[in-house]
Amino acid sequence: MPFPLNFEDLLGHWESYLVSLAIGIAFGVVLEIAGFGDSRRLAAQFYLGDMTVLKVMFTGIVVAMVLVFAASAVGLLDFNLVWVNPTYLWPGIVGGLIMGVGFIIGGFCPGTSLVSAATGRLDGLFFAIGAFFGIFLFGETVGSFEDFWYSSYEGRYIIPEFLNISTGATVVILVLFALVAFAFAEQMERIFGGADLKKAPKWRYGAAGTLLAGAVVVMFIGQPNTEDRWNTIKDDKAPVLAKRDVQIQAGEVLALMRDDRINLILLDVRDEADFNLFHLLDAVNISADEIPDHLKEFRAKSANTVFMVIGNDEKAATEVWKTMVSESVPNVYVLEGGINNWITTFADEEFKTTSLIESHAHDTLAYTFASALGSRYAMANPNPDVFQLEYTSKVKLQAARGGKSGGCG
Amino acid sequence: MVVQGSIKKWVRVPARTAIGVKRQARAYVNPYLAGILLGVVLFSSFFLTGNGLGASGGMNRILVWGQDQLVPDHVDRTAYLLEMAGGDTNPMDSWVVFVMLGVIVGGFTSGWLNGRFKIETNRGPHVSVKMRWMLAFIGGAFMGYGARMARGCTSGQALSGGAVLSVGSWAFMFAVFAGGYALAYFVRRLWH
Repeated sequence: MPFPLNFEDLLGHWESYLVSLAIGIAFGVVLEIAGFGDSRRLAAQFYLGDMTVLKVMFTGIVVAMVLVFAASAVGLLDFNLVWVNPTYLWPGIVGGLIMGVGFIIGGFCPGTSLVSAATGRLDGLFFAIGAFFGIFLFGETVGSFEDFWYSSYEGRYIIPEFLNISTGATVVILVLFALVAFAFAEQMERIFGGADLKKAPKWRYGAAGTLLAGAVVVMFIGQPNTEDRWNTIKDDKAPVLAKRDVQIQAGEVLALMRDDRINLILLDVRDEADFNLFHLLDAVNISADEIPDHLKEFRAKSANTVFMVIGNDEKAATEVWKTMVSESVPNVYVLEGGINNWITTFADEEFKTTSLIESHAHDTLAYTFASALGSRYAMANPNPDVFQLEYTSKVKLQAARGGKSGGCG
Repeated sequence: MVVQGSIKKWVRVPARTAIGVKRQARAYVNPYLAGILLGVVLFSSFFLTGNGLGASGGMNRILVWGQDQLVPDHVDRTAYLLEMAGGDTNPMDSWVVFVMLGVIVGGFTSGWLNGRFKIETNRGPHVSVKMRWMLAFIGGAFMGYGARMARGCTSGQALSGGAVLSVGSWAFMFAVFAGGYALAYFVRRLWH
C-alpha cells in the first residue's frame, strides 16, 4: 500500500507543502468555475431555486468517496493512514447550526469567501474579514466552555461502524442517497426556479450510472482485512523479521525504559495468568487475540511512541507484530527472546537454578513463580548500572506517514 | 475541455484586463461537472497526502501567527492558542495554510482567465452596498466562530470528512443545512 506518500521524506519539510499548495490551487479553481465566488448563487441554495451548492458538494463527496475506497480495495491506498475527522458530535452540530446562520446572513462559507475576495468581490472580502474576527473570538472564548468543546468524543468513527454494515455497502447507500437528493434538487429547481429539465445535459445519467456501478464494484471487492494487508507488505516485511532488525535486545529495552523522549509501551501479549506471575514494570497486558480491538487507539498515539511486544518467547509476539505492522501501527518491535530471555538476563543465579523448568514447551514460561507478584521483582525494573549490557541499537523512530491533522487543524 | 477553453479565451482577449471594466464573462460550468472535478481534487489530496481539504484552519493559523507577533505572552497563556503557536511552534508550519493560500491563487487565476474578475459587491436587490458589507462581516463572524467550534468548515468537515464517512462530519453537514434553512425564510429580503 504505497499511498499516501510521505512528502516530507521525499521533498523535505517546507518543500512538501508545495503539494498542498498545488492541491489548494486546484481546489480554488474548482470553486471558482462552479460559481462559488458569487454569494447570490450560494444563498440561492436556501431558497430552492438554484441547488448548485448541493449538487457540487454531494457530487464531490460521493466521487471522492468511491475513488478513495476503490483505491483502498485494490491495495493502492492505506485507509488507516487517511485522516478521518474525529467525531465530537454535539460541538459539531452546534457549530454547524451557527455556520448555517452565518451562511444565510453572509452568503459564503470560509473557503468560498476567499475565492470571492480573490476575484474582486468586496462582499467576499468583508466576509473573510468577519470570519477572521469570528475565529479570533472563538480562540478567546473557548476557554470558558472547554468541557462542552471536548464532549461527546467518539474519535475516528465511521458510518460503517455506526450502522454495523460493510464499508462497501455504506458507499453504495450514500451514492443512492446522493442520486435521490439530485433528483429532488432538480424538481425543486423546476418548481421554484422555473428550470427546464429537458435542457439539462443527458450525460448526467451516464455519469450517475458509472458512479453507482463503481460503488457496487467497490462493495464486491471489499476492503482488505489484516491478512490481505500482510500479503501486500510481506515481501518488504518478512526479510526484516528474518534479518532480526526488529527484535530488540534486553539492554536496549532497558535503556528505552529510561528514555524520557520516548513514549515506550511495553505490550505484554501473554495470557493474564502469566502476566500476573511476572511482568516488566509498567507493562500493559493485552492478550494476542484482543490486539485487533486496540489498533485504532495504537495508531492515534503520539509520534514518539514505541511499541515493544512481549511474549514468553517470540512466537506469539511475532504474530502480534505482523498484525500491528499490517494495520499501519508505526514503530513496533519485539522483545528478543521474550520474558524467558529477560529473566535469564536479569534474575539472580539462585532464582535461575531453583525455578527453571527444564523441559518447557515453546512460548510458555520457562520459570516457576511461587506467587503472583507481577512487577514487584527487582528484575521487573533492573538497575542499568548493575547490568552493563552491550547491544546494537535498532529502534529508529519512523516519521509518521499520512494525514496528520484535521481538515481544519 | 474546460482548461483548454480557458486558455483559448486567455489567448484571444488582451492579457491585461482593466479592473472593473465589463467584458464578456464565461458562464460557470455545469454543477455536476464541477462536482466531479471537486471529487477528483479531494481524492487526489487524500491519495497523495492522506489529508483532505481545508480553509478555515488555514485562516485560523494565519490569525494566530499574527497574534503571536503582537502578543506572544497571551498566546502562551491560552491553551487553545498554545497548541498552535506556543513557544517556538510556528503556526504557519501546517499543510492547511498552504491549501488555503492555494485556494486564493487558484480562485484568482480562474476568475481572471475566464473574464470573471471584477471589483463589485454581489447583493440582493433590496440591500445597499454598505448594508451588504456589514451583513457579510456579521455572517463571516458567525461562520468563523461556528467553524472553529465544529473543528472545521464546509471544506474541512463536510467535504473531507463526508467523503471518508466520518459520522461527526455527516451530522455536521446536516446541521449546517438545517441552520441555513431554518433562518432562510426570515431573512429572505436580504436576497430577494
